[in-house]
Amino acid sequence: MSAGPRTPFENPVVEWVDQRLPIFTMINKEYGVFPTPKNFNYFWNFGAIAMFMLVTMIVTGITLAMHYAADTTVAFDKVEHIMRDVNYGWLLRYIHMNGASFFFIAVFVHIFRGMYYGSYKAPRELLWIFGVIIFLLMMATAFMGYVLPWGQMSFWGATVITNLFSAIPVVGTTIVEWLWGGFSVDNPTLNRFFALHYLLPFVIVGVVFLHVWALHVTGSNNPSGIEPKTEKDTLPFHPYYTMKDSFGLVVFITIYAVFVFFMPNALGHPDNYTPANPMVTPAHIVPEWYFLPFYAILRAINFDVGIPFTDIVFFEAKLGGVLAMFGSIVLVALMPFLDKHPVRSARYRPKYRIALLLFVLSVFVLGKIGGMPADAPLMHIGSFLLTTTHIAQLLTLYYFAFFLVILPYLSKREKALPMPESINDAVLQCKSGKCCEA
Amino acid sequence: MSSNDHHSHCCGGGNCSPSTEIKDQKTEECCGHCDEPSRRDFLFMTAGAMGAVAAGSVVWPFISQMNPAADTKALSTTEVDIASIAEGQAVTVMWRGKPVFIRHRTAKEIEEAKAVDVATLRDKQSDDQRFKTRPEILVVIGVCTHLGCIPLGQKTGEVKGDYNGWFCPCHGSAYDTSGRIRKGPAPKNLEVPSYSFISDTLIRIG
Repeated sequence: MSAGPRTPFENPVVEWVDQRLPIFTMINKEYGVFPTPKNFNYFWNFGAIAMFMLVTMIVTGITLAMHYAADTTVAFDKVEHIMRDVNYGWLLRYIHMNGASFFFIAVFVHIFRGMYYGSYKAPRELLWIFGVIIFLLMMATAFMGYVLPWGQMSFWGATVITNLFSAIPVVGTTIVEWLWGGFSVDNPTLNRFFALHYLLPFVIVGVVFLHVWALHVTGSNNPSGIEPKTEKDTLPFHPYYTMKDSFGLVVFITIYAVFVFFMPNALGHPDNYTPANPMVTPAHIVPEWYFLPFYAILRAINFDVGIPFTDIVFFEAKLGGVLAMFGSIVLVALMPFLDKHPVRSARYRPKYRIALLLFVLSVFVLGKIGGMPADAPLMHIGSFLLTTTHIAQLLTLYYFAFFLVILPYLSKREKALPMPESINDAVLQCKSGKCCEA
Repeated sequence: MSSNDHHSHCCGGGNCSPSTEIKDQKTEECCGHCDEPSRRDFLFMTAGAMGAVAAGSVVWPFISQMNPAADTKALSTTEVDIASIAEGQAVTVMWRGKPVFIRHRTAKEIEEAKAVDVATLRDKQSDDQRFKTRPEILVVIGVCTHLGCIPLGQKTGEVKGDYNGWFCPCHGSAYDTSGRIRKGPAPKNLEVPSYSFISDTLIRIG
């Protein structure tokens, strides 16, 4: 961000500022003339879309906070007050509520893009790890935000998730009471969740800054996974990608608006319109949809891990589930170190492509199972009753095998397809109809 | 201080002048002497240690404030009149924001609980370890030890599970008439809170 050689601006006010703090020079360098690979497809929109969602969530969140109170006696009523009495309160809340879902949609696509085109590989490992940290912070923020309306799902979701920490040996109970500020989820819990729900988005902004900074050091990856070599391979960010991002964003916002205006509760759970009651557990507790695959992994570990046929247990089922759930995200952060294959893009790695698409499929099915009751029976095979838990266990196995077995194996063994010399050649190949994109 | 600051690191604030070269006889003497821990090393260590203590004591209040507050802890006993609970009935009372199940067990239920071979249980406790003085009064915290849901089985007509005690609807854990885990994912028996009989008909929980 140092000044470097500076071209004067024509506008005297801009020039006056820029001489003293070269902010316009910086904007022009990073977002104006910034050399960007010329072969981006629409998957490359989702970083900008996620950024737009982050800003949307912060703006609607701050305005909602002006009408909310984090007290168990009034929290539920305050949300209804926002819905019925506050001017445009219903709109702000529905934008915020569905915004969480659409933020996660954008980020999931963004992560998939990185996985498919190998954006996590050297030299972008740290960029990738910052991204996973942002994802973890988003999950924490979303979880605490869901508690604030103090409905049944808020309360019981918070109870189940905070109880996960009680699985930690010896200090588990102490940690859980520390998280609660009491002996169950109650007023102190709601208060601190509100304080943290307000804070964490700004922490996310900080990590996003580092994420983008790291991106502008290495430059973007692209669908061919080949680094730009000459000027023929790149385009200035403006107007080419400002325009492409804007178009993608408008399409995304249109779908988002359909949910906000026509089906605002489609992604939520009706139980959360019942005030929280610590004495009655709803029959079927489910987290928000974006947590379902991880919830399914948590429930899949329903067996103690130890030495068979003895009483020796290394860790109980509960701790095993918790470790598997957190481990499933840690593995994503470790991807650059598990996949050492020199070729980035799945375009030129047919085996990796199949393994990855199966991985995505298994995440979708895990999500479906996470939303169903535990041990839901599916069918009889002879005398064996197949339940959702069995499917979840199988898919959890694949999830972990993908990272720990398949990626290291393919790194050594997979023979990549012949690759074009440069991005420019890749584009010309596609133009002549020989594009190898699936 | 940077580690390549040769002069001050080596000579530890002794009387070597900065212009002295290593090959200088005087410096070698000085540095040979300074290989032992110097006054400066000692000051670094103590200052660092004190700094760590200071940082720890500043951070502690910010961590500890999240623990249960004094008024929350003060509310953590409750007294219950059990005279009105007839045999076979159960009541639920609130303690520390959680439900406590008090069941007046029938002779048959006690019999069932005692008949179990303790060695076969996941969380090995005999029925005698589950009640205080009066076997017919069972007091347990009504929170499933899996992930904190409230098991069913208190009200008439609710499912009591395969072992006639309680059944957790969230993930299918079943507890017996002694509140012990018998089936499903929960690792432990329903917790017995600390409680005492103030009189024959009054108990204090907490």
